[in-house]
Amino acid sequence: MAQTSLGATSRIIRWIDHRLPFVAMLQRELYDYPTPRNLSYWWNFGSLSGIMLVVMIVTGIFLAMQYTPHADLAFDSVERIMRDVDWGWMLRYAHMNGASMFFALVYIHLFRGLYYGSYKQPRELLWILGVIILILMIMTAFMGYVLPWGQMSYWAATVITNLFSAIPLIGQSIVTFLWGGFTVGNPTLNRFYALHYLLPFVILAVVLLHLIALHRFGSNNPLGIDKRGPQDTLPFHPYFTIKDLFGLAVFLLIYSFFVFYAPNFLGSSDNYIPANPMQTPNHIVPEWYLLPYYAILRSVPNKLLGVILAFGSIFLMFLVPWLDTSPVRSARFRPVYKWVFWLLVIDVIALGWVGANPPEGLVVTVGQIATLYYFVHFLVLFPVIGKLERPRPLPASIAAAVLQGGTGARLGTAGAPVAKP
Amino acid sequence: MGKPTLAPLALMVLALTPLSARAEATPSPPRQQWSFDGIFGTYDRAAAQRGFQVYKEVCSACHPVKHLYFRDLADLGYNEDEVKAIASTYQVTNEQPNDQGQMFQRPARPSDSIPGPFPNDQAARVANNGALPPDLSMIVKARDGGPDYVFGILTGYKDPPPAFNLLPGMNYNEYFPGHQIAMPPPLSDNAVTFADGTSATVPQMAHDVVTFLTWAAEPNLEPRHRTGFKVMMFLIVMAGIFYAAKRKIWATAH
Repeated sequence: MAQTSLGATSRIIRWIDHRLPFVAMLQRELYDYPTPRNLSYWWNFGSLSGIMLVVMIVTGIFLAMQYTPHADLAFDSVERIMRDVDWGWMLRYAHMNGASMFFALVYIHLFRGLYYGSYKQPRELLWILGVIILILMIMTAFMGYVLPWGQMSYWAATVITNLFSAIPLIGQSIVTFLWGGFTVGNPTLNRFYALHYLLPFVILAVVLLHLIALHRFGSNNPLGIDKRGPQDTLPFHPYFTIKDLFGLAVFLLIYSFFVFYAPNFLGSSDNYIPANPMQTPNHIVPEWYLLPYYAILRSVPNKLLGVILAFGSIFLMFLVPWLDTSPVRSARFRPVYKWVFWLLVIDVIALGWVGANPPEGLVVTVGQIATLYYFVHFLVLFPVIGKLERPRPLPASIAAAVLQGGTGARLGTAGAPVAKP
Repeated sequence: MGKPTLAPLALMVLALTPLSARAEATPSPPRQQWSFDGIFGTYDRAAAQRGFQVYKEVCSACHPVKHLYFRDLADLGYNEDEVKAIASTYQVTNEQPNDQGQMFQRPARPSDSIPGPFPNDQAARVANNGALPPDLSMIVKARDGGPDYVFGILTGYKDPPPAFNLLPGMNYNEYFPGHQIAMPPPLSDNAVTFADGTSATVPQMAHDVVTFLTWAAEPNLEPRHRTGFKVMMFLIVMAGIFYAAKRKIWATAH
């Protein structure tokens, strides 16, 4: 077995490692793990998302110790956490804003993948696992949002579960089945709570698969070309551990700003009113991270078609590796796609704006155009641009591109850093 | 992803604005100066105590503060005896029956929640022309605009414009969505007499009671601001150290 520098110091660790090669695995996957030397800060968002998942699970478990999942008691129990539980306000605000942060990180991570073609051969499964994580996150976030049992919780649960009533013939039965009754009520809250506790651990399992798939071929990089040898890579530690740590500190600053100074900025004031089945809020609006899907849903006059397109907008992501016909990964070398990518970013933000506003006048028109563009982007532009575009020439290797000649040779063979003078 | 990053960011800010500023034809209430604004904001204790007096002598005739306990008042600067004295002026139903199995009334203790004016929502509606006076312990967080909105409502009563169709029993309020509010103007000059000699004008009472209600909605704002400052300072130093370490580690790599 390979001698590990981590394990070499201790006989006990060597004894364990011989039987259960855990330290050897850490050594291989977190220490030596050869990583493209040209990764930009856009590559921080994967590890940040993973850390955020852990923060959500930890704060969530402590909140669950104080929360009461009952329609009559849930709202007051959340207020009790905010007022009487030691540091309860911090746990709750960290969890509540953490959901927003988690989505922001994952969306940036996803768009980074789209820009640099990280979904292309041989990383298709890695991408698909990521889309599965996103879908699980949306389910988890939706059910978590219902738990405080405020007005927006209750009405979001009503609106979203009612989407299933669009299914012909059996739709209404499915909705009754989901509710556990003839309206959103205590059984609904109870099952949402059970699932909200379960799903994060399912996400954790899929994240592990995502990591296994990632480490099979290693990270993509801003050039989108394969690494050809040790001169193209640096060991993960200390180069990328420190880079990730710096990114983490900057991210935590932004996260903390929301938790401590603007804890309710991203939320809806209606959710501080206890759920009232007899009174509908003026505007039922989901949290910001679900607004684009909500906009697609409302842009289609037919309910069933709207539901199909809203769900389809996410499921479309599964097909992205095969819709993109370009052999080149990175948009840096794709003169047309480079600009079309930003159209998608603008499109999704426009959809978010549409979702946040009452569907009247201009909002409807923008929503319909943006919805149409979203699907055209993936179903038409992706395959067509890939075929017609003439990519710019790719650099010979990562090292050749980033080390500018001479230094590449100086750095030697083992991918090891040059000893400091 | 380079240069064009700023445009989508600006768009994103635009897209998010309507979330908080979603207003109908109703004008948004003017911004006020609050002691709890900003990252070092704290509650002005004197204002909050005057606000509690306004709540107690005016608002509490119709509005409960369900989530507040008498013990919470210690936070406003009342000492233990004062809290006990305030509590003892209220009668509450004991949680357990007495030896004879009868429920009975007793003076409130600091551990009791502050009792509301009505036994249930139906009783509240009957006494208020069919309208339900909302619970005030969360009101500042439960309305877009927060303290400025509540202040706006308390000071926004006006004569309706000539063509306005005001329904019977309703009142015209500039900042209430739709302008028709069931609550009659709650404050009038000198409605209360402040012990500290502050003149009890309507804006003064509104300002004080909103300070009290903001505290009621967010009693942990001060520890939150204090902790936040420490956390941010720590993180700034941490980010600096990590950045320096990153520069040093990468110095020979590129």
